Amino acid sequence: MTRLFASIGANLAVFFIMVFDMFRYLVQCVHEIRHLYLYRHQVLLQCYAVGVGSLPLVCLISAFSGMAVAIQMAYQMESYVPDYMVGSIVVRSVVLVLSPILIGLVLAGRVGAGIASELGTMKVSEQVDALTSMAVDPVGYLMLPRILAGLTKIPVLVIFSSFVSIMTGFGMSVIKMDITVTDFIKGMKLDFMVYDIFVGLIKSTVYGGVLTFVGAYMGLQTQGGAQGVGQSATSAVVVSSALILILDYFLTLALLY
Amino acid sequence: MEHPKTAISFENVYKSFGTQAVLQGLDLEIPSGQITTILGPSGCGKSVTLKHVIGIEQADSGRVEVVGHDMSNVRQRDLITLRKRIGVLFQSSALFDSMTVKENVAFGLRMHTKMPEAEIAERVHVCLDAVKLAGTEERMPVELSGGMRKRAALARAIAMSPDFILYDEPTTGLDPNTSNVVGDYILKLQNELDITSVVVTHDMPLTRRVSDKVALLFNGKAVVQGRLDDIESSQNEVFQLFVDGRLG
Ligand SMILES: Nc1ncnc2c1ncn2[C@@H]1O[C@H](COP(=O)(O)OP(=O)(O)OP(=O)(O)O)[C@@H](O)[C@H]1O
Ligand SMILES: [Mg+2]
Repeated sequence: MTRLFASIGANLAVFFIMVFDMFRYLVQCVHEIRHLYLYRHQVLLQCYAVGVGSLPLVCLISAFSGMAVAIQMAYQMESYVPDYMVGSIVVRSVVLVLSPILIGLVLAGRVGAGIASELGTMKVSEQVDALTSMAVDPVGYLMLPRILAGLTKIPVLVIFSSFVSIMTGFGMSVIKMDITVTDFIKGMKLDFMVYDIFVGLIKSTVYGGVLTFVGAYMGLQTQGGAQGVGQSATSAVVVSSALILILDYFLTLALLY
Repeated sequence: MEHPKTAISFENVYKSFGTQAVLQGLDLEIPSGQITTILGPSGCGKSVTLKHVIGIEQADSGRVEVVGHDMSNVRQRDLITLRKRIGVLFQSSALFDSMTVKENVAFGLRMHTKMPEAEIAERVHVCLDAVKLAGTEERMPVELSGGMRKRAALARAIAMSPDFILYDEPTTGLDPNTSNVVGDYILKLQNELDITSVVVTHDMPLTRRVSDKVALLFNGKAVVQGRLDDIESSQNEVFQLFVDGRLG
Protein backbone atom coordinates (compact mmCIF):
# COMPACT_ATOMS: atom_id res chain seq x y z
CA MET A 1 0.00 0.00 0.00
CA THR A 2 2.73 2.45 0.92
CA ARG A 3 4.50 1.40 -2.22
CA LEU A 4 1.42 2.20 -4.24
CA PHE A 5 1.28 5.68 -2.76
CA ALA A 6 4.99 6.14 -3.27
CA SER A 7 4.62 5.24 -6.92
CA ILE A 8 1.64 7.54 -7.37
CA GLY A 9 3.62 10.27 -5.66
CA ALA A 10 6.61 9.72 -7.91
CA ASN A 11 4.45 9.80 -11.01
CA LEU A 12 2.74 12.96 -9.86
CA ALA A 13 6.11 14.54 -9.24
CA VAL A 14 7.23 13.61 -12.77
CA PHE A 15 4.00 15.04 -14.11
CA PHE A 16 4.36 18.35 -12.32
CA ILE A 17 8.00 18.65 -13.28
CA MET A 18 6.96 18.13 -16.90
CA VAL A 19 4.21 20.73 -16.67
CA PHE A 20 6.63 23.18 -15.09
CA ASP A 21 9.21 22.42 -17.75
CA MET A 22 6.66 22.94 -20.54
CA PHE A 23 5.76 26.24 -19.00
CA ARG A 24 9.42 27.26 -19.01
CA TYR A 25 9.67 26.49 -22.72
CA LEU A 26 6.52 28.49 -23.36
CA VAL A 27 7.93 31.51 -21.57
CA GLN A 28 11.18 31.16 -23.51
CA CYS A 29 9.16 30.99 -26.72
CA VAL A 30 7.33 34.20 -25.94
CA HIS A 31 10.65 35.75 -25.02
CA GLU A 32 12.12 34.80 -28.39
CA ILE A 33 9.36 36.59 -30.30
CA ARG A 34 11.50 39.72 -30.12
CA HIS A 35 14.02 38.01 -32.45
CA LEU A 36 11.31 36.96 -34.87
CA TYR A 37 13.00 38.79 -37.71
CA LEU A 38 15.94 36.38 -37.43
CA TYR A 39 13.65 33.40 -37.73
CA ARG A 40 11.49 34.71 -40.56
CA HIS A 41 12.65 32.13 -43.10
CA GLN A 42 11.87 29.33 -40.72
CA VAL A 43 8.41 30.72 -40.08
CA LEU A 44 7.61 30.82 -43.79
CA LEU A 45 9.03 27.37 -44.31
CA GLN A 46 6.97 25.91 -41.47
CA CYS A 47 3.80 27.70 -42.55
CA TYR A 48 4.21 26.13 -45.93
CA ALA A 49 4.93 22.69 -44.50
CA VAL A 50 1.97 22.76 -42.12
CA GLY A 51 -0.50 24.51 -44.39
CA VAL A 52 0.14 23.23 -47.88
CA GLY A 53 1.60 19.94 -46.72
CA SER A 54 -1.53 18.96 -44.82
CA LEU A 55 -3.97 20.01 -47.50
CA PRO A 56 -4.45 16.68 -49.32
CA LEU A 57 -4.99 14.76 -46.09
CA VAL A 58 -7.40 17.38 -44.78
CA CYS A 59 -9.36 17.30 -48.04
CA LEU A 60 -9.67 13.54 -47.98
CA ILE A 61 -10.87 13.11 -44.42
CA SER A 62 -13.15 16.15 -44.57
CA ALA A 63 -14.84 14.89 -47.70
CA PHE A 64 -15.63 11.54 -46.18
CA SER A 65 -16.59 12.78 -42.74
CA GLY A 66 -18.96 15.33 -44.30
CA MET A 67 -20.77 12.57 -46.16
CA ALA A 68 -20.88 10.37 -43.06
CA VAL A 69 -22.41 13.16 -40.98
CA ALA A 70 -25.09 13.80 -43.60
CA ILE A 71 -26.09 10.14 -43.73
CA GLN A 72 -26.07 9.85 -39.97
CA MET A 73 -28.25 12.93 -39.53
CA ALA A 74 -30.71 11.94 -42.20
CA TYR A 75 -30.99 8.49 -40.66
CA GLN A 76 -31.46 9.76 -37.13
CA MET A 77 -33.96 12.46 -38.05
CA GLU A 78 -35.93 10.66 -40.70
CA SER A 79 -39.39 10.61 -39.25
CA TYR A 80 -39.20 13.30 -36.60
CA VAL A 81 -38.06 16.50 -38.22
CA PRO A 82 -38.51 18.18 -41.53
CA ASP A 83 -35.91 17.47 -44.24
CA TYR A 84 -34.43 20.94 -44.22
CA MET A 85 -33.15 20.44 -40.69
CA VAL A 86 -30.48 18.09 -42.07
CA GLY A 87 -28.80 21.07 -43.71
CA SER A 88 -28.80 23.02 -40.50
CA ILE A 89 -27.47 20.18 -38.40
CA VAL A 90 -24.75 19.20 -40.84
CA VAL A 91 -23.42 22.74 -41.00
CA ARG A 92 -23.45 23.39 -37.30
CA SER A 93 -22.00 20.08 -36.22
CA VAL A 94 -19.27 20.31 -38.81
CA VAL A 95 -18.26 23.86 -37.98
CA LEU A 96 -18.61 23.64 -34.22
CA VAL A 97 -17.39 20.16 -33.40
CA LEU A 98 -16.37 17.87 -36.14
CA SER A 99 -13.83 19.85 -38.14
CA PRO A 100 -11.88 21.34 -35.25
CA ILE A 101 -11.62 18.03 -33.36
CA LEU A 102 -11.06 15.85 -36.37
CA ILE A 103 -8.43 18.06 -37.92
CA GLY A 104 -6.85 18.63 -34.51
CA LEU A 105 -6.50 14.90 -33.89
CA VAL A 106 -5.38 14.03 -37.39
CA LEU A 107 -2.80 16.79 -37.41
CA ALA A 108 -1.58 15.77 -33.96
CA GLY A 109 -0.53 12.66 -35.84
CA ARG A 110 0.68 14.22 -39.04
CA VAL A 111 2.18 17.51 -37.89
CA GLY A 112 2.80 16.91 -34.17
CA ALA A 113 4.53 13.56 -34.55
CA GLY A 114 6.43 14.91 -37.54
CA ILE A 115 7.77 17.82 -35.52
CA ALA A 116 8.64 15.57 -32.57
CA SER A 117 10.60 13.14 -34.68
CA GLU A 118 12.32 15.83 -36.71
CA LEU A 119 13.47 17.79 -33.67
CA GLY A 120 14.15 14.52 -31.82
CA THR A 121 16.51 13.43 -34.55
CA MET A 122 18.21 16.81 -34.45
CA LYS A 123 18.55 16.49 -30.69
CA VAL A 124 20.13 13.04 -30.67
CA SER A 125 22.47 13.84 -33.57
CA GLU A 126 23.77 16.92 -31.70
CA GLN A 127 22.32 19.34 -34.25
CA VAL A 128 20.48 21.10 -31.44
CA ASP A 129 23.79 21.41 -29.56
CA ALA A 130 25.35 22.74 -32.74
CA LEU A 131 22.65 25.43 -32.94
CA THR A 132 23.28 26.40 -29.33
CA SER A 133 27.02 26.47 -29.88
CA MET A 134 26.47 28.86 -32.79
CA ALA A 135 24.61 31.22 -30.47
CA VAL A 136 21.24 30.44 -32.00
CA ASP A 137 18.50 29.61 -29.54
CA PRO A 138 16.88 26.25 -30.41
CA VAL A 139 13.59 27.34 -28.88
CA GLY A 140 13.51 30.43 -31.06
CA TYR A 141 14.83 28.79 -34.18
CA LEU A 142 13.04 25.46 -34.03
CA MET A 143 10.06 25.71 -31.69
CA LEU A 144 8.71 29.21 -32.23
CA PRO A 145 8.31 29.04 -36.04
CA ARG A 146 6.47 25.74 -35.76
CA ILE A 147 4.08 27.05 -33.14
CA LEU A 148 3.41 30.16 -35.19
CA ALA A 149 2.71 27.98 -38.21
CA GLY A 150 0.31 25.89 -36.12
CA LEU A 151 -1.48 28.90 -34.68
CA THR A 152 -2.02 30.54 -38.04
CA LYS A 153 -2.32 27.72 -40.56
CA ILE A 154 -4.38 25.15 -38.69
CA PRO A 155 -7.41 27.47 -38.32
CA VAL A 156 -7.23 28.04 -42.06
CA LEU A 157 -7.12 24.31 -42.62
CA VAL A 158 -10.14 23.87 -40.36
CA ILE A 159 -12.15 26.48 -42.23
CA PHE A 160 -11.22 24.77 -45.43
CA SER A 161 -12.13 21.40 -43.96
CA SER A 162 -15.53 22.69 -42.81
CA PHE A 163 -16.19 23.95 -46.29
CA VAL A 164 -15.29 20.63 -47.90
CA SER A 165 -17.33 18.64 -45.36
CA ILE A 166 -20.38 20.81 -45.85
CA MET A 167 -20.12 20.50 -49.61
CA THR A 168 -19.81 16.73 -49.55
CA GLY A 169 -22.55 16.49 -46.91
CA PHE A 170 -24.70 18.63 -49.12
CA GLY A 171 -23.98 16.47 -52.14
CA MET A 172 -24.72 13.32 -50.20
CA SER A 173 -28.02 14.63 -48.87
CA VAL A 174 -29.19 15.68 -52.29
CA ILE A 175 -28.03 12.70 -54.31
CA LYS A 176 -28.60 9.85 -51.95
CA MET A 177 -31.23 10.93 -49.49
CA ASP A 178 -33.80 12.75 -51.51
CA ILE A 179 -33.38 16.02 -49.69
CA THR A 180 -33.92 18.82 -52.16
CA VAL A 181 -31.31 21.45 -52.80
CA THR A 182 -33.67 24.16 -51.64
CA ASP A 183 -34.45 22.34 -48.42
CA PHE A 184 -30.78 21.86 -47.57
CA ILE A 185 -29.95 25.49 -48.31
CA LYS A 186 -32.97 26.65 -46.38
CA GLY A 187 -31.72 24.67 -43.38
CA MET A 188 -28.21 26.03 -43.77
CA LYS A 189 -29.46 29.59 -43.78
CA LEU A 190 -31.97 28.99 -41.05
CA ASP A 191 -29.72 29.05 -38.10
CA PHE A 192 -26.35 29.85 -39.51
CA MET A 193 -24.46 31.99 -37.05
CA VAL A 194 -21.22 33.85 -37.52
CA TYR A 195 -20.52 33.07 -33.89
CA ASP A 196 -20.22 29.39 -34.79
CA ILE A 197 -17.38 30.16 -37.16
CA PHE A 198 -15.76 32.19 -34.43
CA VAL A 199 -16.00 29.24 -32.04
CA GLY A 200 -14.52 26.93 -34.66
CA LEU A 201 -11.66 29.36 -35.21
CA ILE A 202 -10.91 29.74 -31.52
CA LYS A 203 -10.89 25.99 -31.04
CA SER A 204 -8.68 25.31 -34.01
CA THR A 205 -6.21 28.04 -33.09
CA VAL A 206 -5.85 26.53 -29.64
CA TYR A 207 -5.44 23.00 -31.00
CA GLY A 208 -2.95 24.20 -33.58
CA GLY A 209 -0.88 25.81 -30.86
CA VAL A 210 -1.16 22.78 -28.59
CA LEU A 211 -0.17 20.16 -31.09
CA THR A 212 2.81 22.05 -32.48
CA PHE A 213 4.02 23.05 -29.03
CA VAL A 214 3.73 19.54 -27.61
CA GLY A 215 5.42 18.11 -30.70
CA ALA A 216 8.32 20.54 -30.45
CA TYR A 217 8.62 20.09 -26.69
CA MET A 218 8.74 16.30 -26.95
CA GLY A 219 11.26 16.56 -29.77
CA LEU A 220 13.62 18.80 -27.82
CA GLN A 221 13.32 16.51 -24.77
CA THR A 222 14.41 13.45 -26.73
CA GLN A 223 17.04 11.26 -25.10
CA GLY A 224 18.91 8.32 -26.56
CA GLY A 225 18.88 7.22 -30.16
CA ALA A 226 16.31 6.06 -32.67
CA GLN A 227 14.25 4.51 -29.91
CA GLY A 228 14.10 7.83 -28.08
CA VAL A 229 12.91 9.54 -31.25
CA GLY A 230 10.12 6.99 -31.60
CA GLN A 231 9.10 7.49 -28.01
CA SER A 232 9.00 11.25 -28.45
CA ALA A 233 6.78 10.96 -31.50
CA THR A 234 4.43 8.63 -29.64
CA SER A 235 4.30 10.89 -26.58
CA ALA A 236 3.65 13.88 -28.79
CA VAL A 237 0.59 12.24 -30.33
CA VAL A 238 -0.74 10.84 -27.06
CA VAL A 239 -0.28 14.00 -25.02
CA SER A 240 -1.55 16.41 -27.66
CA SER A 241 -4.57 14.24 -28.53
CA ALA A 242 -5.52 14.00 -24.87
CA LEU A 243 -5.01 17.73 -24.39
CA ILE A 244 -7.11 18.51 -27.45
CA LEU A 245 -10.01 16.39 -26.26
CA ILE A 246 -9.86 17.79 -22.74
CA LEU A 247 -9.57 21.37 -23.98
CA ASP A 248 -12.46 20.75 -26.34
CA TYR A 249 -14.69 20.14 -23.38
CA PHE A 250 -13.63 23.29 -21.62
CA LEU A 251 -13.76 25.45 -24.73
CA THR A 252 -17.20 24.16 -25.66
CA LEU A 253 -18.36 24.83 -22.14
CA ALA A 254 -16.89 28.30 -22.08
CA LEU A 255 -17.95 29.38 -25.56
CA LEU A 256 -21.37 27.80 -25.95
CA TYR A 257 -22.84 27.73 -22.55
CA MET B 1 59.52 32.20 -22.70
CA GLU B 2 56.73 34.48 -21.65
CA HIS B 3 53.96 32.70 -19.81
CA PRO B 4 50.77 32.85 -21.87
CA LYS B 5 47.51 34.06 -20.40
CA THR B 6 44.93 31.44 -19.55
CA ALA B 7 41.92 31.53 -21.87
CA ILE B 8 39.89 28.65 -20.45
CA SER B 9 40.29 27.06 -17.07
CA PHE B 10 38.68 24.17 -15.24
CA GLU B 11 39.02 24.17 -11.46
CA ASN B 12 38.06 21.06 -9.58
CA VAL B 13 35.14 20.34 -11.92
CA TYR B 14 32.77 17.48 -11.17
CA LYS B 15 30.13 16.22 -13.57
CA SER B 16 27.93 13.13 -13.38
CA PHE B 17 25.18 11.75 -15.57
CA GLY B 18 22.81 9.99 -13.21
CA THR B 19 25.01 7.68 -11.20
CA GLN B 20 27.87 7.75 -13.68
CA ALA B 21 30.62 10.10 -12.59
CA VAL B 22 32.40 11.49 -15.64
CA LEU B 23 34.51 14.43 -14.52
CA GLN B 24 35.90 13.97 -11.01
CA GLY B 25 37.86 17.00 -10.00
CA LEU B 26 39.16 18.11 -13.37
CA ASP B 27 41.81 20.83 -13.26
CA LEU B 28 42.86 22.09 -16.65
CA GLU B 29 44.25 25.28 -18.07
CA ILE B 30 44.03 26.20 -21.74
CA PRO B 31 46.53 28.95 -22.59
CA SER B 32 45.33 31.58 -25.00
CA GLY B 33 46.78 31.79 -28.48
CA GLN B 34 48.05 28.22 -28.36
CA ILE B 35 46.98 24.74 -29.37
CA THR B 36 46.11 22.48 -26.48
CA THR B 37 45.52 18.83 -27.16
CA ILE B 38 43.34 16.72 -24.90
CA LEU B 39 44.07 13.02 -25.02
CA GLY B 40 42.38 10.20 -23.19
CA PRO B 41 40.74 6.82 -23.57
CA SER B 42 37.32 6.57 -25.14
CA GLY B 43 34.51 7.49 -22.77
CA CYS B 44 36.71 9.39 -20.33
CA GLY B 45 34.83 12.64 -20.80
CA LYS B 46 36.72 14.58 -23.44
CA SER B 47 33.63 15.60 -25.40
CA VAL B 48 31.82 16.42 -22.18
CA THR B 49 34.73 18.66 -21.22
CA LEU B 50 34.43 20.58 -24.48
CA LYS B 51 30.69 20.97 -23.98
CA HIS B 52 31.36 22.73 -20.68
CA VAL B 53 33.32 25.39 -22.52
CA ILE B 54 30.32 26.46 -24.60
CA GLY B 55 27.84 26.01 -21.78
CA ILE B 56 25.94 23.09 -23.31
CA GLU B 57 26.78 21.12 -20.18
CA GLN B 58 27.01 22.68 -16.74
CA ALA B 59 29.40 21.53 -14.04
CA ASP B 60 27.82 19.95 -10.95
CA SER B 61 30.48 21.66 -8.88
CA GLY B 62 33.76 23.42 -9.44
CA ARG B 63 34.43 26.30 -11.75
CA VAL B 64 34.70 26.60 -15.50
CA GLU B 65 36.02 29.95 -16.63
CA VAL B 66 36.12 31.09 -20.23
CA VAL B 67 37.91 34.40 -20.84
CA GLY B 68 36.97 35.57 -17.40
CA HIS B 69 33.35 34.43 -17.48
CA ASP B 70 32.28 31.94 -14.85
CA MET B 71 30.14 29.57 -16.91
CA SER B 72 27.88 28.67 -14.00
CA ASN B 73 26.46 32.17 -13.72
CA VAL B 74 27.29 33.95 -16.93
CA ARG B 75 24.79 36.52 -18.19
CA GLN B 76 22.74 35.35 -21.15
CA ARG B 77 24.02 38.23 -23.27
CA ASP B 78 27.66 37.47 -22.49
CA LEU B 79 27.07 33.81 -23.20
CA ILE B 80 25.75 34.62 -26.64
CA THR B 81 28.66 36.94 -27.39
CA LEU B 82 31.02 34.25 -26.19
CA ARG B 83 29.44 31.57 -28.34
CA LYS B 84 29.76 33.73 -31.42
CA ARG B 85 33.51 33.83 -30.78
CA ILE B 86 33.85 30.06 -30.41
CA GLY B 87 33.80 27.67 -33.34
CA VAL B 88 33.00 24.07 -32.49
CA LEU B 89 33.68 20.97 -34.54
CA PHE B 90 31.45 18.28 -33.07
CA GLN B 91 32.63 14.69 -32.91
CA SER B 92 29.54 13.60 -34.84
CA SER B 93 29.93 16.58 -37.21
CA ALA B 94 26.35 17.61 -36.37
CA LEU B 95 25.71 19.20 -39.76
CA PHE B 96 22.14 20.44 -40.16
CA ASP B 97 20.76 17.70 -42.35
CA SER B 98 17.91 19.74 -43.77
CA MET B 99 20.36 22.21 -45.31
CA THR B 100 22.91 22.00 -48.10
CA VAL B 101 26.60 22.15 -47.31
CA LYS B 102 26.64 25.78 -48.38
CA GLU B 103 23.72 26.69 -46.12
CA ASN B 104 25.44 24.90 -43.25
CA VAL B 105 28.64 26.86 -43.65
CA ALA B 106 26.75 30.11 -44.22
CA PHE B 107 24.44 29.55 -41.25
CA GLY B 108 26.29 31.59 -38.62
CA LEU B 109 26.98 34.42 -41.06
CA ARG B 110 23.33 34.61 -42.07
CA MET B 111 22.06 34.52 -38.51
CA HIS B 112 24.55 36.89 -36.96
CA THR B 113 25.85 39.24 -39.62
CA LYS B 114 24.37 41.48 -42.27
CA MET B 115 26.91 40.27 -44.80
CA PRO B 116 25.52 40.46 -48.35
CA GLU B 117 24.84 37.14 -50.10
CA ALA B 118 27.69 37.57 -52.58
CA GLU B 119 30.19 38.00 -49.77
CA ILE B 120 28.74 35.04 -47.90
CA ALA B 121 29.09 32.88 -51.00
CA GLU B 122 32.69 34.01 -51.29
CA ARG B 123 33.40 33.21 -47.63
CA VAL B 124 31.73 29.79 -47.93
CA HIS B 125 33.85 29.06 -50.94
CA VAL B 126 37.05 30.02 -49.12
CA CYS B 127 36.18 27.87 -46.10
CA LEU B 128 35.22 24.85 -48.17
CA ASP B 129 38.32 25.24 -50.30
CA ALA B 130 40.48 25.25 -47.19
CA VAL B 131 39.19 21.81 -46.23
CA LYS B 132 39.39 20.52 -49.83
CA LEU B 133 35.64 20.41 -50.31
CA ALA B 134 35.23 22.95 -53.08
CA GLY B 135 32.38 22.01 -55.38
CA THR B 136 30.19 20.34 -52.77
CA GLU B 137 28.23 23.51 -51.98
CA GLU B 138 24.88 22.29 -53.21
CA ARG B 139 25.07 18.78 -51.78
CA MET B 140 23.10 17.63 -48.76
CA PRO B 141 25.00 16.24 -45.74
CA VAL B 142 23.58 12.73 -46.31
CA GLU B 143 25.22 12.72 -49.71
CA LEU B 144 28.67 13.15 -48.17
CA SER B 145 30.98 10.51 -46.74
CA GLY B 146 31.77 10.57 -43.01
CA GLY B 147 35.13 12.20 -43.59
CA MET B 148 33.65 14.79 -45.93
CA ARG B 149 31.02 15.61 -43.33
CA LYS B 150 33.71 16.14 -40.75
CA ARG B 151 35.48 18.56 -43.06
CA ALA B 152 32.27 20.38 -43.94
CA ALA B 153 31.63 20.75 -40.22
CA LEU B 154 35.14 22.14 -39.85
CA ALA B 155 34.38 24.66 -42.59
CA ARG B 156 31.23 25.64 -40.69
CA ALA B 157 33.20 26.01 -37.45
CA ILE B 158 35.67 28.46 -39.00
CA ALA B 159 33.23 30.43 -41.15
CA MET B 160 32.59 33.08 -38.52
CA SER B 161 36.35 33.61 -38.01
CA PRO B 162 36.18 32.62 -34.35
CA ASP B 163 38.81 33.47 -31.74
CA PHE B 164 38.55 29.99 -30.23
CA ILE B 165 38.12 26.70 -31.99
CA LEU B 166 37.22 23.46 -30.26
CA TYR B 167 37.99 20.45 -32.41
CA ASP B 168 36.43 17.18 -31.27
CA GLU B 169 38.43 14.48 -33.05
CA PRO B 170 39.11 16.44 -36.24
CA THR B 171 40.95 13.63 -38.00
CA THR B 172 38.99 10.56 -36.92
CA GLY B 173 37.74 8.78 -40.02
CA LEU B 174 40.07 10.61 -42.38
CA ASP B 175 42.77 9.00 -44.49
CA PRO B 176 46.39 10.01 -43.67
CA ASN B 177 46.47 12.52 -46.51
CA THR B 178 43.34 14.34 -45.52
CA SER B 179 44.41 14.14 -41.89
CA ASN B 180 47.51 16.01 -42.90
CA VAL B 181 45.46 18.63 -44.69
CA VAL B 182 43.41 19.15 -41.55
CA GLY B 183 46.53 19.21 -39.38
CA ASP B 184 48.12 21.79 -41.70
CA TYR B 185 45.00 23.84 -41.53
CA ILE B 186 44.85 23.79 -37.74
CA LEU B 187 48.44 25.02 -37.68
CA LYS B 188 47.81 27.61 -40.35
CA LEU B 189 44.85 29.11 -38.49
CA GLN B 190 46.98 29.18 -35.41
CA ASN B 191 49.94 30.91 -37.00
CA GLU B 192 47.99 33.41 -39.03
CA LEU B 193 45.14 34.33 -36.77
CA ASP B 194 46.45 33.68 -33.29
CA ILE B 195 43.48 31.54 -32.36
CA THR B 196 43.13 29.58 -29.14
CA SER B 197 42.54 25.97 -30.11
CA VAL B 198 41.55 22.90 -28.18
CA VAL B 199 42.01 19.64 -30.03
CA VAL B 200 40.50 16.44 -28.69
CA THR B 201 42.07 13.50 -30.44
CA HIS B 202 43.48 9.97 -30.34
CA ASP B 203 45.75 10.73 -33.25
CA MET B 204 49.34 10.77 -31.89
CA PRO B 205 50.98 11.99 -35.12
CA LEU B 206 48.57 14.93 -35.15
CA THR B 207 49.25 15.56 -31.47
CA ARG B 208 52.97 15.69 -32.11
CA ARG B 209 52.55 18.06 -35.02
CA VAL B 210 50.21 20.65 -33.63
CA SER B 211 50.33 20.67 -29.83
CA ASP B 212 51.81 23.47 -27.78
CA LYS B 213 50.38 21.81 -24.73
CA VAL B 214 49.05 18.33 -24.05
CA ALA B 215 46.71 17.08 -21.34
CA LEU B 216 45.81 13.48 -20.67
CA LEU B 217 42.38 12.82 -19.18
CA PHE B 218 41.92 9.67 -17.18
CA ASN B 219 39.35 8.76 -14.54
CA GLY B 220 37.79 12.20 -14.72
CA LYS B 221 41.01 14.07 -14.01
CA ALA B 222 43.82 15.55 -16.05
CA VAL B 223 46.55 13.18 -14.93
CA VAL B 224 49.29 15.05 -16.77
CA GLN B 225 49.45 18.34 -18.58
CA GLY B 226 52.29 20.33 -20.05
CA ARG B 227 54.51 20.49 -23.08
CA LEU B 228 54.70 17.20 -24.96
CA ASP B 229 58.53 17.09 -24.77
CA ASP B 230 58.47 17.65 -21.04
CA ILE B 231 55.87 14.95 -20.50
CA GLU B 232 57.73 12.47 -22.64
CA SER B 233 61.05 13.15 -21.00
CA SER B 234 59.47 12.87 -17.56
CA GLN B 235 58.64 9.24 -18.32
CA ASN B 236 55.15 9.65 -16.88
CA GLU B 237 53.82 6.15 -16.39
CA VAL B 238 50.16 6.75 -17.29
CA PHE B 239 51.14 8.73 -20.36
CA GLN B 240 53.48 5.96 -21.53
CA LEU B 241 50.72 3.39 -21.06
CA PHE B 242 48.34 5.57 -23.08
CA VAL B 243 50.78 6.08 -25.93
CA ASP B 244 51.52 2.36 -26.01
CA GLY B 245 47.81 1.65 -26.10
CA ARG B 246 47.70 -0.25 -22.82
CA LEU B 247 45.81 2.22 -20.64
CA GLY B 248 42.45 1.35 -19.13
N1 LIG C 1 24.12 13.40 -22.30
C1 LIG C 1 24.65 12.36 -21.64
N2 LIG C 1 23.86 11.59 -20.86
C2 LIG C 1 24.39 10.55 -20.18
N3 LIG C 1 25.66 10.18 -20.24
C3 LIG C 1 26.50 10.88 -21.00
C4 LIG C 1 26.04 12.01 -21.75
N4 LIG C 1 27.08 12.53 -22.41
C5 LIG C 1 28.14 11.75 -22.10
N5 LIG C 1 27.81 10.77 -21.25
C6 LIG C 1 28.71 9.79 -20.68
O1 LIG C 1 29.87 10.44 -20.30
C7 LIG C 1 31.01 9.67 -20.58
C8 LIG C 1 32.02 10.50 -21.32
O2 LIG C 1 31.52 10.80 -22.60
P1 LIG C 1 32.36 11.58 -23.68
O3 LIG C 1 31.50 11.68 -24.88
O4 LIG C 1 32.87 12.85 -23.11
O5 LIG C 1 33.56 10.60 -23.95
P2 LIG C 1 34.83 10.88 -24.84
O6 LIG C 1 35.97 11.00 -23.93
O7 LIG C 1 34.57 12.01 -25.76
O8 LIG C 1 34.95 9.52 -25.63
P3 LIG C 1 35.28 9.28 -27.17
O9 LIG C 1 36.75 9.35 -27.30
O10 LIG C 1 34.78 7.90 -27.42
O11 LIG C 1 34.57 10.32 -27.95
C9 LIG C 1 30.56 8.48 -21.37
O12 LIG C 1 30.68 7.35 -20.55
C10 LIG C 1 29.12 8.74 -21.68
O13 LIG C 1 28.39 7.58 -21.49
MG1 LIG D 1 34.13 12.24 -27.66
